[in-house]
Amino acid sequence: MDRYVFLEHTADAKFQAFGKTMEEAFSNAAIALTDVVINQEQVTPTSKKSITIKSETLQSLLYDFLEKVLILMDQEHFVVAKVDSITITRSNGHYLSAVLSGDLGLEKYEYKTQVKAITYNEMKIEDKPGECMVQVVVDI
Amino acid sequence: MVELKKINELTWQVKGVKVPTFIFASEKLLEIMKKDKTLIQAENLSSLPGLYKAFVMPDGHQGYGFPIGGVAALDFEKGGISPGGIGYDINCGVRLLTTPLMIDDVKNKINELIEEIFKTVPAGLGEGNLKVSIDELNQVLEMGARWAVEKGYGTKEDLENCEESGDYKGADANKVSDGAKKRGKNQLGSLGSGNHFLEVQVVDQIFNEETAKVFGLKKGQIVFMIHCGSRGLGHQVCSDYLRLMEKEFEKELSKLPDRELIYAPAGTKLCDDYLAAMKAAANFAWCNRHIIADLVRDCFVKIFGIDKKSMHTLYDVAHNIAKIEEHEFEGEKHTVFMHRKGATRAFGPGMQEVPLKFRKIGQPIIIPGSMGTASYVLVGTEKSMKMSLGSTAHGAGRTMSRHQAIADFGSKDLVSDLGKQGIVVRGHSKSGLSEEAPGAYKDIDEVVKVSDELGIAKAVVRLKPLGVVKG
Repeated sequence: MDRYVFLEHTADAKFQAFGKTMEEAFSNAAIALTDVVINQEQVTPTSKKSITIKSETLQSLLYDFLEKVLILMDQEHFVVAKVDSITITRSNGHYLSAVLSGDLGLEKYEYKTQVKAITYNEMKIEDKPGECMVQVVVDI
Repeated sequence: MVELKKINELTWQVKGVKVPTFIFASEKLLEIMKKDKTLIQAENLSSLPGLYKAFVMPDGHQGYGFPIGGVAALDFEKGGISPGGIGYDINCGVRLLTTPLMIDDVKNKINELIEEIFKTVPAGLGEGNLKVSIDELNQVLEMGARWAVEKGYGTKEDLENCEESGDYKGADANKVSDGAKKRGKNQLGSLGSGNHFLEVQVVDQIFNEETAKVFGLKKGQIVFMIHCGSRGLGHQVCSDYLRLMEKEFEKELSKLPDRELIYAPAGTKLCDDYLAAMKAAANFAWCNRHIIADLVRDCFVKIFGIDKKSMHTLYDVAHNIAKIEEHEFEGEKHTVFMHRKGATRAFGPGMQEVPLKFRKIGQPIIIPGSMGTASYVLVGTEKSMKMSLGSTAHGAGRTMSRHQAIADFGSKDLVSDLGKQGIVVRGHSKSGLSEEAPGAYKDIDEVVKVSDELGIAKAVVRLKPLGVVKG
């Protein structure tokens, strides 16, 4: 199974990311987002970033998580190669903690387009045992 | 299915909504709108509080929350302000520079000029050359393009020819998050990517000789267009406030058909804060276009040896913004939060917001085409004040997904096709070039024709591209 697929969208970039668990689907969404901006396959991990996020719902957790990935690209030129040790907790609010492996060298990779923002537009989360999917449209 | 009532050949009213909502489009443009969610998003606007009227401009297409091309007037006291009605790229807009050069002066040097501009103006993932401190950035946010003029970029005359004089009053840098500032700090004076571009153009057709003269435009003259916005800073201001509002206004959110229509009710602290932050981001964008204009002028001086002061800003318009304006509804005047998302203000004669030198005839409106197609300068009308609350289209509007465009138009073919038409293209991203292929956009000529026939703006001149730098 593909980790993620891009779907047709008139103005923006839309993708679905998959995983056996919600953690895996979220991780693959981070990779898909990076793939909108640069040729993600080329990224060699040279450094790590630990992140923690707290949000009201699972949808806003996905939004905030991807926004964090985007901000790391814009502010620190950090691009994600893979997501290590991600945990999503869904009791008393929604929490995510993850370690991102990547490279602090955005400009080294083949550039496609800049992402302005993550959006809630057509955002979908499917949570079935052994089969999770998240769908996101990003503004470019 | 959204049901429409035909008012006339170019005006359609959405049926079954409580607030008058109109679509301005020819049959041809309406068919394109029906293919995506444009009309559903137009219908959704009536769920906003204190809404007097809503419109979709002829270039409308699907957005998030509001459609792109969406215009909505919400009461200043009973309504509110919605970040989704402005867009992520706050004050994305267009500046047009006039030059003293004619087509014969430049035609053999377009390659050289485009190469120079490509090297000089940071774009794509490139950061601006200007490294400002956070203190300086705060000044930019509160002073807009005036900050750049005080630092020696451009002229005071440029400021007179910007909406809000390039210095939106009421901006507050303290309302912009540190995260947004960090995202935008190194991007001042850079183009970005996506549909943003720099283009050298020639005035190739004049529709209204008298107005063209007031605008300082004549046939065969070379002009330069800058299309960009507030970069990462503006995007982050929008994201930040969308998230703050959905947390703060859960009850309001639960009544909306689309999460991205979230708004801050008038009179709340978040409403005031977002307004001040949005204005600050708008100022960043005006300062950004102003600095880019200065870099472009240097390139013209270097290649053509002209006097830097001989290039003037005709006008600088914002097409993703909210303004506090007064309009008449059923015979009564009301102050409103005027949202224009992918729509250009089109103020007619006599309006005090229009610079003195244009006040007798109406404001200049700049409508960029897509890569390789014409762009237009139009003028605001009295009719637009009544028909569309002083608003018109903002560009061509996409019809094809970016991925489809990449599949359909290879970047190499595209550059050589445009080359055959005499248009030089340089892009910072291969896929970006294909994504922005003219075939992926609506017909700009049709969009302008509809605006002109309706009278929500009148065409003044057509501009033909000679060379383009894409982000």
